[in-house]
Amino acid sequence: MTAATGRPDTGERPDPLRRPEAEQSASRDRRDAASPVRARGGWRALVLQPVLVALGLLAYVVWRSTTTLSDTEARQLGAATLWDSVLRHLQLTVVAAVIVLLIAIPLGIALTRPALRRFTPLVIGLANVGQAAPAIGLFVLLADWLGFGFGTTIVALVVYSALPVLRNTMVGLQGVDARLVEAGRGMGMSGAAVLFRVELPLAVPVMLSGVRTALVLLVGTATLATFIAGGGLGVLINTGITLSLNSLLVSGAVLVALLALAIDWLGRVVEHVARPKGL
Amino acid sequence: MSDTLSSADAHSTDPAPQSSEGRRVSGVSIRLDGVTKRYPGQDRPAVDAVSLEIPAGETVMFVGPSGCGKTTLLKMLNRLIEPSSGTIHLGDEDVTKQDPDQLRRRIGYVIQAGGLFPHMTVGTNVGMVPRMLGWDKERVTARIDELLDLVGLDPEVYRDRYPKELSGGQQQRVGVARALAADPPVLLMDEPFGAVDPITRQRLQDELLRIQEELGKTIVFVTHDFDEAVKLGDRIVVFDVGARVVQYDTPEAILAEPAEEYVADFIGAGATLKQLTLTRVNSLELKPVTSASVGDDAAEALARARAAGDEYIVVLDRRGRPISWPTTAEVSRMQQIPATVDEKLPVVGLGSTLNDALDTMLAASQGGAVVIGRRDSLAGVVSIETIMDAIQRTRSEVAG
Repeated sequence: MTAATGRPDTGERPDPLRRPEAEQSASRDRRDAASPVRARGGWRALVLQPVLVALGLLAYVVWRSTTTLSDTEARQLGAATLWDSVLRHLQLTVVAAVIVLLIAIPLGIALTRPALRRFTPLVIGLANVGQAAPAIGLFVLLADWLGFGFGTTIVALVVYSALPVLRNTMVGLQGVDARLVEAGRGMGMSGAAVLFRVELPLAVPVMLSGVRTALVLLVGTATLATFIAGGGLGVLINTGITLSLNSLLVSGAVLVALLALAIDWLGRVVEHVARPKGL
Repeated sequence: MSDTLSSADAHSTDPAPQSSEGRRVSGVSIRLDGVTKRYPGQDRPAVDAVSLEIPAGETVMFVGPSGCGKTTLLKMLNRLIEPSSGTIHLGDEDVTKQDPDQLRRRIGYVIQAGGLFPHMTVGTNVGMVPRMLGWDKERVTARIDELLDLVGLDPEVYRDRYPKELSGGQQQRVGVARALAADPPVLLMDEPFGAVDPITRQRLQDELLRIQEELGKTIVFVTHDFDEAVKLGDRIVVFDVGARVVQYDTPEAILAEPAEEYVADFIGAGATLKQLTLTRVNSLELKPVTSASVGDDAAEALARARAAGDEYIVVLDRRGRPISWPTTAEVSRMQQIPATVDEKLPVVGLGSTLNDALDTMLAASQGGAVVIGRRDSLAGVVSIETIMDAIQRTRSEVAG
């Protein structure tokens, strides 16, 4: 090669040869820079929420210990009785949630498999009816049929809160890029391996947000358990209304709200931690 | 329609085709007999009784308009789509009788944008198939590093990254590495370079040629880009609707004598110029050049360059890859050879076509380019004059 090889014509022109890579790495840098910010914002919300719950609880405790109560009120709002009500409420929520997960997640997975896909409208329709029916009506009708008590309450709660988990499981799985499934099958992964190693991990964020929605729904709806002898914090509210005892009514309402916020927070923490890296 | 094509027959019984000039062949031959795919509710089959022989160790390109059934045919080779009838043999085995999952672990599969799993690191992605095959941990780890190295990605840097932290071209490289992980004899590639920009595509093509030179797999590659087919293929199959094989031959033969009007149309009007895509940098006379490694003594390198009469020095990084080419004047002002990476350095592979080389030089506004060979090591330099001479020669040959 001669001198004419035109060595360092160090281009006035922007360099088209490397630009694509450079641009990509630039956008990558922006992304990298952005994600910690997003994470920090996420963590800020995650820290704020329990602080609010703690403050609310503190305010309630201060009010409870400073206010003068009648005998009836004091009996209902005794520490042991309150604690029992909260535990009972949690029990209703957790048992119903576990049953919902055990039913709705496998069902959601099944309905996204090609062989069963045609049943999707039917099942989603049923779940919609479960959620669209007025909760109180659902409780009373089921009690009429199955009798009063804990068991019936759980059935009613499950019917009422299955939809978000079912729907988010399906949406999450349907949102997985079909090419990734094909890539998995194409490299010799079995259908089950693709489901457990590719589809479910990628669907986890959407699924968990459905689970959180269901939990919050459950905490709220479980207050209706009192009407069919299911117990829980609804008893306080109901008694408060019936006997015009505002202290009971407010106590029940505040505690349910705090419980819902606390559970929502737990759900967010789990979502944050369980989110697959690399997304 | 039965299209057992004579051009492949010469090799059908020979596991190591002579056309490869003693190149290492690790692939096996593929034989399709009357392979048909019918979908319910369609009166014409998507793939209609295709018979083909693909010799071991060759790259065969499937080209044709979209919807012609070439991708369907490809996916029947690893049974992502089950053939309605017909048989497919890999080597001597009839794969239509085998467990599809076991079969696919022995066939590499590359799709557009690599199809990497975003929630797994590059290393985990590449190690998927070896782990499924039950390799032990050390062997998998060693294999991951070996493959990343093969596709030109530093394992130390990229092994633990997630796919989204990679550029499109890098993701595609990892996709190729993943497909090669268990050393399959056959590689199926479904328009793998369709989603990247032209310059990156050219580099990926060069790299595939280099890797194939090293490994000698049997590659079946689907593309709609005839230039890509000419550049990468040892042979090209031109398909029409229903995966009818219109012509199956070497790129040279198809360009010189299109079997039908249809092929001529598909090749396009620039067929004489397309001959240029057939001439590769490795057929040119490369000029040797003075090289120096990062950290070498500048004065010593300068002395060697002056003795050889070179105007500049190609700087190699610690893995022997060219990273810049300062002039002797620039080097004379240095104490040591610097590690600066010249982002504008025009680089072409030995398998690059003259079109590619010319493109690269124009894009970098330079009159020459550094040529790299195996594992991105320096092979020499090529100047624009050499290329213009070659173009002149080819044109006069074609004309006369």
